Amino acid sequence: MHKVYHRIERIAGSVITVKASGVAYQELAQVTSAQGISLARVIRIDKEMIDLQVFSGARGISTDSEVRFIGKPMEIPFSDSLLGRVFTGSGVPRDNGPLIEENPVEIGGPSVNPSKRIIPRRMVRTGIPMIDVFNTLVVSQKLPIFSVAGEPYNQLLARIALQAEVDVIVLGGMGLKHDDYLYLRDFLEQNGALSRSVMFVHTASDPIVECLLVPDAALAVAEQFAIKGKNVLVLLTDMTNFADAMKEIAITMEQIPSNRGYPGDLYSQLASRYEKAVDFDTAGSITILAVTTMPGDDVTHPVPDNTGYITEGQFYLRKGRIEPFGSLSRLKQQVNGDTRPDHRTIMNTMIQLYASFKETIEKQSMGFRMSTWDRKLLKFGLRFENEMMDLSVNIPLEKALDLGWTILGDCFEPEETGIPSKMINEYWPKKG
Amino acid sequence: MASIGKITGVNGNLIRVAFTGPVTQNEVAYAKLSSGVKLKSEVIRIRGDYAELQVFEDTTGLKAGDDVEFTAELLSVELGPGLLSQVFDGLQNPLPRLAEECGFFLQRGKYLKALERDVKWSFTPVAKVGDKLTAGETLGTVPEGIFKHRIMVPFKVQGSVTVEKIMPMGDYKVEDVIAVLKEADGKTIEAKLMQTWPVKVPIKQYAERMRPSEPMVTQQRIIDTFYPIARGGTYCIPGPFGAGKTVLQQLTSRYADVDIVILAACGERAGEVVETLREFPELNDPRTGKSLMERTLIICNTSSMPVAAREASVYTGVTLAEYYRQMGLNVLLLADSTSRWAQALREMSGRLEEIPGEEAFPAYLESVIASFYERGGVVRLKDGSIGSVTIGGTVSPAGGNFEEPVTQATLKVVGAFHGLSRERSDQRRFPAINPMDSWSKYEGIIDIAKVEAAHDILISGVEVNQMMKVVGEEGTSMDDFVVYLKSEYLDAVYLQQDAYHDVDAACSAERQKYLFSKVDQILKTSMTFKEKEDARGFFLKLTQITKDWNQMEFQSKGFKDLEGQIFKSVAEVATNA
Repeated sequence: MHKVYHRIERIAGSVITVKASGVAYQELAQVTSAQGISLARVIRIDKEMIDLQVFSGARGISTDSEVRFIGKPMEIPFSDSLLGRVFTGSGVPRDNGPLIEENPVEIGGPSVNPSKRIIPRRMVRTGIPMIDVFNTLVVSQKLPIFSVAGEPYNQLLARIALQAEVDVIVLGGMGLKHDDYLYLRDFLEQNGALSRSVMFVHTASDPIVECLLVPDAALAVAEQFAIKGKNVLVLLTDMTNFADAMKEIAITMEQIPSNRGYPGDLYSQLASRYEKAVDFDTAGSITILAVTTMPGDDVTHPVPDNTGYITEGQFYLRKGRIEPFGSLSRLKQQVNGDTRPDHRTIMNTMIQLYASFKETIEKQSMGFRMSTWDRKLLKFGLRFENEMMDLSVNIPLEKALDLGWTILGDCFEPEETGIPSKMINEYWPKKG
Repeated sequence: MASIGKITGVNGNLIRVAFTGPVTQNEVAYAKLSSGVKLKSEVIRIRGDYAELQVFEDTTGLKAGDDVEFTAELLSVELGPGLLSQVFDGLQNPLPRLAEECGFFLQRGKYLKALERDVKWSFTPVAKVGDKLTAGETLGTVPEGIFKHRIMVPFKVQGSVTVEKIMPMGDYKVEDVIAVLKEADGKTIEAKLMQTWPVKVPIKQYAERMRPSEPMVTQQRIIDTFYPIARGGTYCIPGPFGAGKTVLQQLTSRYADVDIVILAACGERAGEVVETLREFPELNDPRTGKSLMERTLIICNTSSMPVAAREASVYTGVTLAEYYRQMGLNVLLLADSTSRWAQALREMSGRLEEIPGEEAFPAYLESVIASFYERGGVVRLKDGSIGSVTIGGTVSPAGGNFEEPVTQATLKVVGAFHGLSRERSDQRRFPAINPMDSWSKYEGIIDIAKVEAAHDILISGVEVNQMMKVVGEEGTSMDDFVVYLKSEYLDAVYLQQDAYHDVDAACSAERQKYLFSKVDQILKTSMTFKEKEDARGFFLKLTQITKDWNQMEFQSKGFKDLEGQIFKSVAEVATNA
């Protein structure tokens, strides 16, 4: 029978310590206190002293609360009946629906054998030119959306979720404002996508430990769907809250902080989540889009910085637009060679010219005389911003490419663009 | 008799073990889960009657009181025929065979032999009975792909040994004895096709270590011409994320003029390894006409795989590189990225509660990095042939700031520095090696004085550009403006290279010499323009044709036509002396 303990030695933050024997690392326990029953997880063993992380927080736990070890690590139920449901990070329904207990699967399981992965070759169409044309999203890609607080990142996420052609959407919300949670749920519901979605939500007022569990739970479920051959899109918002939760726990545990108080294993912790993105050779796939808010718009902040090294590119969301500089999809080369022959040309040329436009703007603001070339760039830059960069633009890739040629044709002479002559002959808009 | 112990504490992947009997620092031990699965671990600190071990796997489920078996052996790799074209994890488990047994996921506690035991290799003896040999000398050879794989006197052998028996030509498995050697004190040693060697100890069984002097051509213009790498040298590529480190590494692994490439993917994205894994078998090595995979070996500990094995993976990589160097081959080891390895050290140091150094990295970080890069080098082997290990490591500095401990520790010990900059990658100027702060101590393929002159133009160009930002184009003299345009031209047609173009992706040494002499000639031509607009227009057009020229097959008809066009248009604006 499971062992029960009634004496808690130490309580700090959400971590409690009990004296026990025969307890396994990462094992779950049930803590019963005046506050009710909560799960807890073993996070350190030192001889007989067992440190446990209490999911609902240690508030209200007394020294004589009951701790019952259940002899297994954290699991999450998995079945098709998860679709359309909303849960907390520990798998408890938060939509008043029935509890699901069938077919439990381990969370934070082992990583995929690299030799069972395949090179991603399929594009995810989003209808957003700044993504489709310039930084194509690819199946099995892991991409963060770097943004400052206040940008419409959840709206962007919701729109991509709706327009992307995937079988299952798994949404993990960490430290979400309650309004945002309702927005996301209602948006999916109104557009008929809730029935193919599973949501794991931790709101800002929920216990901090549950925030840590959200990505693991969401990805464990996504993995199961992928093994069954489904193409899954995982949306995580916001990973900075997840990192902050880790920081909070690490400091309570008296770990030596490495950079701005974050634990030394921040990179590994983030990586083990993002690396769940996969395209299996004989089954489905997982694509991950994760919002990472940058405190103070600082990309060198440890969270966006470490994330950038893990993910396959990043989207910068700034002033309601996806920035062309800095935004990058590392996998775009895998797919944009097969879409249309002029795809790469348009992508490179327009970005290079837009960079020159930015320089001209700088010159203009310093009061220098504008040359003919500068005036052409100004014309181009403004059209580019209004007709392609704006997030409200919703056109398929082919239309966006045509639009690119039209803008170039209206603003420049062919040889000024640096486009190879072969492309010019084929695609340059004919005058008249 | 190996010692045993019992777990007394678990903290992440660090376990504390009370033991009886002798225990060696860095010895391998296995922690036993109650399910019977054994997890490989390494002793990293011993204090009194307990030892601290890093476990190379997830430690979920370990309990205080669980058994630990010590093996009395240091962490070692298997060396022998059959390593090439393999994909190993950091502990030398072959991943494809692991996938056959365990499916999609890496199962913990599952260890396979690195070398297949049942494959037969056709052995040709070289040594004769009665020969006196020392460690590292050749006993015979087996063909491995395109190479003659030398079977050597085991590296562990001390002093000279006499060959008592050697097997005749024939097919043998890796564990078959192919020679019996007698030591001076009369003890006999059985030599097999395979041997083992501890990863953290350099293989030093050669005659002498020499100075790296021969360039290693990578077919990237900016590297070979401006910041060359020597065979047996070391170099590092630090850069912020998205600056193109990985693309540069992949290009190097494809085009570098070496015999064998070992990729140690250390704590990086799995997707990148997969690309190599799936694409290399399809690509042809321009030197041999065979698949690129035949000369490639991948060690892969991607970022989601257990942290402790990350450190092991770079050592495994360099040990395998040294092994092939012992056969007189030129080996290139690409480690991507050394920062992840340093972070693994930091994680472990934190768990050990050591006093932290800068940015919480351990105080011994510098010496660990230095001793790793020092394992590169050119050596003359005992039979007179030359072998080399070139090490290229990427560094991923936090925030792209090179003033951090890992970059600084690396810069102290490498021979060339290819600093990538965010600025250049934002401008899509690839490879984004920044010509302002990169350097190399090695000799390249082009006369150093000419390269210096070209480099000066780049520097002047940057200065003029900065000045122009203040005084504007109208305040800049025509001469300065032309210098600026020339530097932009050099940048666009020589420093930048299109990694995704069939022809431009690789520029042979011969072509570089040719192109450089032509570009040099254009840079030295003094030119007259009426208006700055004319000058800009001229250089835009010239850049365009030269880029087209770069995309032509070398010395093809189109190539010669465009060359004619370029020089015709240059002649039109040249100042008549």
